Amino acid sequence: MSEKKQQSEDKLLEKVTTTEYKYGFTTDIESDSIPKGLSEDVVRIISAKKNEPQWMLDYRLKAYKAWLEMEEPEWANINYTKPNYQEIIYYSAPKQKPVLDSLDDLDPEMKKMFDKLGISIGEQNKLANVAVDIVIDSVSVATSFKEKLGDLGIIFCPISDAIQDHPELVKKYLGTIVPARDNFFAALNAAVFSDGSFCYIPKGVKCPMELSTYFRINEAGTGQFERTLLIADEGSQVSYLEGCTAPMRDENQLHAAVVELIAMDDADIKYSTVQNWYPGNAEGVGGVFNFVTKRGICYKNAKISWTQVETGSAITWKYPSCILKGDNSIGEFFSVAVTNNMQQNDTGTKMIHLGKNTKSTIIAKGISAGKSEGNYRGLVRISKGATNSRNFSQCDSLLMGDKCGAHTFPYIEVKNNSSKVEHEATTSKIGEDQIFYCNQRGIGTEAAIALIVNGYCKDVLNQLPMEFAVEAQKLLEISLEGSVG
Amino acid sequence: MLKINNLKAGIEDNQILKGINLEIKAGEVHAIMGPNGSGKSTLASVIAGKEEYEVEGGEIDFEGTDLLDLTPEERAHKGVFLSFQYPVEIPGISVSNFIKTSINERRKATGLDPMPAKELLKKLREKMELLSIDKGYLSRNMNEGFSGGEKKRNEIFQMAMLDPKLSILDETDSGLDIDALRIVANGVNKLRREDNATIVITHYQRLLDYIIPDFVHVLYKGRIVKSGGKELALELEEKGYDWITKEADKKWA
Repeated sequence: MSEKKQQSEDKLLEKVTTTEYKYGFTTDIESDSIPKGLSEDVVRIISAKKNEPQWMLDYRLKAYKAWLEMEEPEWANINYTKPNYQEIIYYSAPKQKPVLDSLDDLDPEMKKMFDKLGISIGEQNKLANVAVDIVIDSVSVATSFKEKLGDLGIIFCPISDAIQDHPELVKKYLGTIVPARDNFFAALNAAVFSDGSFCYIPKGVKCPMELSTYFRINEAGTGQFERTLLIADEGSQVSYLEGCTAPMRDENQLHAAVVELIAMDDADIKYSTVQNWYPGNAEGVGGVFNFVTKRGICYKNAKISWTQVETGSAITWKYPSCILKGDNSIGEFFSVAVTNNMQQNDTGTKMIHLGKNTKSTIIAKGISAGKSEGNYRGLVRISKGATNSRNFSQCDSLLMGDKCGAHTFPYIEVKNNSSKVEHEATTSKIGEDQIFYCNQRGIGTEAAIALIVNGYCKDVLNQLPMEFAVEAQKLLEISLEGSVG
Repeated sequence: MLKINNLKAGIEDNQILKGINLEIKAGEVHAIMGPNGSGKSTLASVIAGKEEYEVEGGEIDFEGTDLLDLTPEERAHKGVFLSFQYPVEIPGISVSNFIKTSINERRKATGLDPMPAKELLKKLREKMELLSIDKGYLSRNMNEGFSGGEKKRNEIFQMAMLDPKLSILDETDSGLDIDALRIVANGVNKLRREDNATIVITHYQRLLDYIIPDFVHVLYKGRIVKSGGKELALELEEKGYDWITKEADKKWA
């Protein structure tokens, strides 16, 4: 540990031990929820419970009305029973997890998973909701970081707080990239979103830390209809992490999140996701349905880079996209999507080139095992005015066993002749020969698969922040354990 | 060191090895020759433990353990090394990472800690010099885009790094030009010691000009039909296999 880090930790420890313990784990959370089903009243109640201003309520109601007229999309290559939207409870206060006396009381399976992922004891305590007296818990760390961010003018808070404290920013940008009418799930989210994150980086500011490295555990509890709005003002820079490698169980089967990114002139946003929602049991029962709309806009010379490692959920429907509006702007999409057992995913990206000299790169790596189905679906659209633009796409699929499937649906539209689009695709199988080769060199089959999969995903994993990359690598190993053999 | 006793093996219903007997002592180099389809590569694969081959009988005693009871990786941990005829590609994994994993998995199996980075680096440098390998090679991905000669050299490089007790070189000479052949053979010779042994499987006499065997065996239709000293290889070069195979066909008809 560097001396500097040691000092700041010492300082933190001192702070935690000498100030009154503010963030207990046992504070009573009032449990209030509303009747199930969705109606105008329900939307009004949600807004009222959050004490929202009229404009926000109006926004929700408009979205609700739009949703009523929309139909659940059926074009994705996935099969599931559509949720009954009147059986869902659209608002409940954060659930209180049972408090444990120590990690020894934790479900041994969970404990094993934490250890395998290499999650620190401190984080484990927090994740498992262990009541500990003194621990450098992430809440305190988060608080001290928040002060530091505040000094730079960076706003990073729950979106419900932002609606109260920074209404001018929220009002100006919310729904501008993903309009409420965009699609069925985006409309639903706009009507009933419970909470999520808001982030604003002022002009010229380089955010000095990976946002949410220390927050991710707190974020882990955020619910079903998450809403994220991230604005990087001119010339600013930010790297944002969401999700968690630890397995996430949730009673809510339906998840419909919306993420909007705005990169002003010369701004740079890097958005990394690790998604490990409960995939259901081996027969596919009980898993989370994850329908996510993520989109960002790039103004002049701006750059948005999406990196995702998707291992969880029974159903994943997700296409993080970039609108390259400004000249010379850059969009990137790096993805590893794993399906095992009965999981299905339909995921990819859209790169919409509007500005001149815009560039996009797509690296999508699918891994299918068990009886799962993995789909890549991607659109590259180069408009007439987007002269001298370039796209490079590479979509690879790796199959394990012979009961899974992998499909690629690339859509390419080019409307001018000065642009260049390249698309490469491969499908391969982890061969018995590769495994035997590793075995012969003393590497057991599980380790061999991990090695081969990591090699296959290297180009994407390299995009993740270091600490996250190591966990993601382990997560891949765990997700595929026992899938060949 | 190795004692193969009446080994019978095949794929599905097709018996390929029909009773192999072979004894190899420490310090020895044995060449196994024979016409195409005689079972040479099958023998190598069965010793290494490739699953698709079914062993129907016999045993492979390696320093007191029957290898047939062990998984391929356990055999590797005991010091059995197979240089593949067709080494596979492992995209995205560098040569150095692969070798590091390989060495450390073996150390783990024998209760040792991973090899310290400094020691590993020193060993890598030493063996690279031995095989005239240049630096950039370590960061290339395993066999990806390698020429035939580079793949074979990579096999011998791993052999040098893993320091096995028993090395089986399966058609290591195929696909090598004369310069590469010399480098590879030279490497193998430098790795020869009193406490290790080598099986050289080859179709041609050529390799045996560089790696001089103590014994030569002719494998034909799944049996060793003739054994002799290094002069047998020269005789085969001159007369072909016919005189041996005809005799064998008569005997096993």
